Amino acid sequence: MTARSNLEQILNDGRFAVTAEIGPPKGADPQKIQNKAILLRGYADAFNVTDNQTAVVRMSSFAGCCLLHQMNMEPILQMTCRDKNRIALQSEILGASALDIRNVLCLTGDHQSFGNHPCAKGVYDIDSIQLIQIIKQMRDDGLFQNGEVIPAGKPIMFIGAAANPYSEPYELTIDRLEKKILAGADFIQTQSVFNVDHFLGWMDDVRSRGLDKKTHILAGVTPLKSKKMTERMKYHVPGVDVPDEIEQRMNNASDEKKEGYDIALDTMKQLKVVKGVHGVHITALFWEEITPVLVKESGLHPR
Amino acid sequence: MIVTRQKSFEDILKQVDKGPAFLIGCSECATLCHTGGEEEIIQMKMNLEQKKIIVTGWIVLDPACHLQNNKRLLKTHHDELLQAKKIIVFACGNGIQTVRELAQDADVITGTETLFLGEIKHTNEFEKRCIQCGECVVDNYSGLCPVSRCPKSMLNGPCGGAKNGCCEVDEELECIWDLVYKQLKSKGRLAQLKTIQKPKDWQKATQTRRIVNHDRSQQP
Ligand code: SF4
Ligand code: SF4
Repeated sequence: MTARSNLEQILNDGRFAVTAEIGPPKGADPQKIQNKAILLRGYADAFNVTDNQTAVVRMSSFAGCCLLHQMNMEPILQMTCRDKNRIALQSEILGASALDIRNVLCLTGDHQSFGNHPCAKGVYDIDSIQLIQIIKQMRDDGLFQNGEVIPAGKPIMFIGAAANPYSEPYELTIDRLEKKILAGADFIQTQSVFNVDHFLGWMDDVRSRGLDKKTHILAGVTPLKSKKMTERMKYHVPGVDVPDEIEQRMNNASDEKKEGYDIALDTMKQLKVVKGVHGVHITALFWEEITPVLVKESGLHPR
Repeated sequence: MIVTRQKSFEDILKQVDKGPAFLIGCSECATLCHTGGEEEIIQMKMNLEQKKIIVTGWIVLDPACHLQNNKRLLKTHHDELLQAKKIIVFACGNGIQTVRELAQDADVITGTETLFLGEIKHTNEFEKRCIQCGECVVDNYSGLCPVSRCPKSMLNGPCGGAKNGCCEVDEELECIWDLVYKQLKSKGRLAQLKTIQKPKDWQKATQTRRIVNHDRSQQP
């Protein structure tokens, strides 16, 4: 089968993939995202454009993807179930496919109470697993969620989902991954890995159930920029596990940025050799310029 | 039970304007919530009178959402109701509207916020249990409802943000998925969660606006 996207091609070929996140601006200026894109061009195989991450209003993922596509960079459309019902989500999939956006990451989404419009009504018509299933059915069977035939062109889409090895209860993390794969997730991007030992154990469990053979797992990496960010990630971002040891390393560092970078590079090197990990997903929050260095020094450049 | 909270006295005063007012409570949910029982109505009467607002009378309906019953009960207060310019109802949003159907010239105003359908956990402690989705799925989750008790209505597992069993959206409340997990695990039925639950038919919640039980309505 021919690949639907560059990312799929790379993963199908058994090459180690790199994806990177690009946060769209809090405004309508296309230059802002284009500048970030220029910085990252050539350092990842595809680029996630976040969908109103942490429920803060920003330029839409869809528009960001179009801007990247115009620059010949491959986007990954992020879609959350928080802001759109099944009608809007399916419509967006059709539109994305029409505009050559061929990767999608299905998320439930951060709750609106965390964002800058906490009074908004959350939608949650469907959840991420149902979204994966709906997109797969549109793509493979040419059917809408309601069972109706799509009369004017099935969408072409490489379907992704998120997994969090650190969430509780632990047992359900693997079950939920399995459900996402069953629903149709072709690739998985994990929560950022800070606790490598825990991640290795999780991957053992993933492999023991053969799940690494049924999807492509990309492990998340986030370079810590400062003590403040470390503290925020450790204590305030739900579902993130920053071990005490990393916190201490950041606290004792004379050059916080360098320490954070070193930790990330070290993590990348460890993740690269984990059996069943087919790539890394780099989320450099407000620190995009570090991504190229990280990719180069971990031996993943050129892409 | 339908859980309500009394509006602030300032807000009520604003709506009451100069009065005179007639007060209505409800013998069921609003009594249990202490928002519209006899005690609260008498207290409200005193508070209003202190502000020089005439209270023409009061009643606790049994319950406020019963239209035919209300007609009968309100008859004895006919004159008091006629003298009132404002009828303040301390019941749920339903009770208020049922009273509204029977009011004549007076404005019907609400003394409460209607919050949710929930359980009386302890006296004065209430927790949401149902959002009336019209398609009850609690059997899939060991009798627990993620539709109403998970802020994201996750049907296929937890969102991943829970910490020490508490919900990422409100640390004071348990993550319902943590409870579902524990329940099913203790019964050895975790495998049940592997089934992918299909999208809900929200039409059942949003489009069902009236039901008539024909077979029962014939009975005495
Ligand atoms: S599944 Fe629906 S009807 Fe049943 S308790 Fe939950 S919200 Fe209420
Ligand atoms: S923590 Fe649990 S209850 Fe709260 S939103 Fe996530 S899954 Fe739902």
